[in-house]
Amino acid sequence: MMREMTSRKLSRQICRGLLLAVALLIAGAMNAQVTSERLKRAADEPQNWLTYSGGYMSQRFTALKQIDNTNVKNLELKWVFQAQSLQKFETTPLVVDGIMYLTQSPNDIIALDAKTGRAFWVYHYATAPEARPCCGIVNRGVAILGDTLFMATVDAHLVAVDARNGHAIWNDKLAEPAAGYAMTMAPLVVKDKVIVGVAGGEYGIRGFIAAFDPHSGKELWRFNTVPQPGEPGHETWRGDDWKHGSAAVWLTGSYDPDLNLTYWGTGNPGPDWNPGQRPGDNLYSDCVVALDPDSGKLKWYFQFTPNDPYDYDSVQIPVLADMDWNGAARKLMLWANRNGFYYVLDRTNGKFLTGGPFAKVNWASGLDAKGRPIPTPQPPGKPTFPGIQGATNWYSPSFSPRTGLFYISTWENYSTVFTGVDVDYREGLRYTGGANAAPIAGADNPAGQRSGPVNTYTEALGRGGVIAVDPHTGKRKWSFELHDVNTSGILTTASDLLFSGGREGYFQALDARTGALLLKINLGGEIIAGPISFEIDGKQYVSIASGNSYFVFGLRDAGN
Amino acid sequence: MLFLIQRSNARLWQRRKFAIMLAAALLLCTFASGVGRAQDRAPTYAPADIRYGSQIYAAQCAACHGPTGTQIGGVDLGGGQLRRATSDQDLRTVLANGIPGTAMPPFRFDPSEVTAIVAYVRNMRNFDSHAGLSGDAARGRAWFEGAGGCANCHRVNGKGPRVAPDLSEIGALRSADFLQRTILDPAGAMLPVDRPVRAVSKDGKVITGRRLNEDTYSVQLIDEEEHLLSLDKSKLREYTVLTTTTMPSYKGKINDQEMADLIAYLLTLKGLR
Repeated sequence: MMREMTSRKLSRQICRGLLLAVALLIAGAMNAQVTSERLKRAADEPQNWLTYSGGYMSQRFTALKQIDNTNVKNLELKWVFQAQSLQKFETTPLVVDGIMYLTQSPNDIIALDAKTGRAFWVYHYATAPEARPCCGIVNRGVAILGDTLFMATVDAHLVAVDARNGHAIWNDKLAEPAAGYAMTMAPLVVKDKVIVGVAGGEYGIRGFIAAFDPHSGKELWRFNTVPQPGEPGHETWRGDDWKHGSAAVWLTGSYDPDLNLTYWGTGNPGPDWNPGQRPGDNLYSDCVVALDPDSGKLKWYFQFTPNDPYDYDSVQIPVLADMDWNGAARKLMLWANRNGFYYVLDRTNGKFLTGGPFAKVNWASGLDAKGRPIPTPQPPGKPTFPGIQGATNWYSPSFSPRTGLFYISTWENYSTVFTGVDVDYREGLRYTGGANAAPIAGADNPAGQRSGPVNTYTEALGRGGVIAVDPHTGKRKWSFELHDVNTSGILTTASDLLFSGGREGYFQALDARTGALLLKINLGGEIIAGPISFEIDGKQYVSIASGNSYFVFGLRDAGN
Repeated sequence: MLFLIQRSNARLWQRRKFAIMLAAALLLCTFASGVGRAQDRAPTYAPADIRYGSQIYAAQCAACHGPTGTQIGGVDLGGGQLRRATSDQDLRTVLANGIPGTAMPPFRFDPSEVTAIVAYVRNMRNFDSHAGLSGDAARGRAWFEGAGGCANCHRVNGKGPRVAPDLSEIGALRSADFLQRTILDPAGAMLPVDRPVRAVSKDGKVITGRRLNEDTYSVQLIDEEEHLLSLDKSKLREYTVLTTTTMPSYKGKINDQEMADLIAYLLTLKGLR
């Protein structure tokens, strides 16, 4: 009897144990954390948007294809989030298992139900009053690891925030905001590290990229984008010029897990427009640097614009593509630079494979065999192509593995008359050294700043475009012309659609193979961000920031 | 003559009119100042706030204003004799902005600290630092994490469950008095947004959690497994917002010293700086 009771008890206990195990499994599945393995395999879960550029390859390509060229005209607005800010809205949100994490200026994070846009919580970060980001008090998004979000702030702090309840976990000050250091990028999480770089290239900062422990916020390594004495590359600076050499890092890098390398674009040397004040190549300004994420050690670099006189920041997103190159599979990096040239690099070693202009260029006659530009400085008072904002800028390009095309937002036929002037460094003040002008007297320059509802600049000063180039040659396959310049990022889909926007405020869907316009929706505010796509309950959404609002579109529900 | 009489009548009338207007103005002023005075100050100031304020005053204000608030000529804080501030709101403004051109600097105090300083200044003449109990934050933390059982539901600085509100910044946001009232009467002091909700979907699934947000058509909550959920009300069979709270009242379960310690601890939770 005793025995029988014991065995019954035991079986009951086993049953309970099994039930508990099943319950834990279910809870675990629902409660799945964003592991570094999930980040690595982000392409396998296209319902989510787990990193700034949609995955470590930074192709801003989604495998979702419910929205296609037969039904895209039926897209309807599902919800709008109105930011409590009048600053430029440059954010790319993350979408994790139905929750959207969106940032608004200066440094708020809002957790939203991605299906309805209703908020769960708001994290408000009190920005230091001395923050002085050059080009708008903006934030471009967050990164996630586990249950923690990471945000880089305009006063140069890195903050960890609990993704479930919006409370800060740690807060590191990386640099002095009063000296012009700022951060606007979404951090990059690689394995067990959070990696960020600092902006502030217009204040004579000294740029760096640094990695942090996600749990404690402890700094683990730092790579100086302007090498100090004793570091390789320092010899490319004269005297003390390096001390205010800038080489800011404005945008999120990419990562190749097989090579264990992260890739980062760096900005202009300081002062921006007066190269005579800083003779030499000014490494590692206007470069892509390949860093080991474990140690921060430089594996290789490639400089696009040595001794840059034009502010041709190389702050584009490094787009990684694995494709055939002259009959062999190669690990490539595709780069349409602000300087108007398109480059293909071997991302294992930084070797230049090919390159050429993708827009009108007259500052260089071409690239030599190693990819170094052959400068052709224009006479004083004459226009240089491309102008200050470049032939493209920081706007996310896209690569579609399906079409094999590389898509770029462009500023076409656009120039500036550059004049360098001497400038003294004073902490916290602009250190740009230029008196630049539009090539047509009295005309408004189509600067990269937000424009109002009336287009006030002269079309002779340039226009925008979305272009599709053959990555092997950089030659255009098609181009879609815009009247105003293009400040938008690009998304391509597995249904061969391309979503984009621009300063005019239209959200556009094009056929990624032909460039044909399939849909345009006037959102009424400049688009200065990249679109994303995600899926909830089997329904695909595409979304974009415009003006001061975030717009989410999906197909009309059947029966409505 | 007629003219003169008329003039003198007119003058008389003018005088009378002036007198009436003056009386009316005086009456209005008296009334207005009475009303103003009634609104100048809070009806009562909570002992917990006054005590907390006394500590902040000693650390931040006493160096210039002196222990009794009379060290600066012409200013008697406890006696209500201030140059630029009459109402509580004026005091708050002076604390936030300072007084340009004087030695009074702007302070970045938390809301809970501002409430406490104002409460103390209004009561500093009668405040007896020896009366009542002083709290010890370290003991309060031990009670919070141990005997009090608070840490079983509340999260602080990244540790603990998220089911109840995270208290990492509670000491900056809530006044000492509010905290004390919440501990004794959680349901009465609970913010509407934190109320427990219970929903039953049309297929019978029961969902319970803490409300984070709600509108006509949907409700957002964190459930007991700490998932963020957004529920479509049209897909629910039942939806109830409970006015009770899962937090127990500590009335009769916490002694005065424990309460003082607990409040002292909670007031140290200021979030990240």
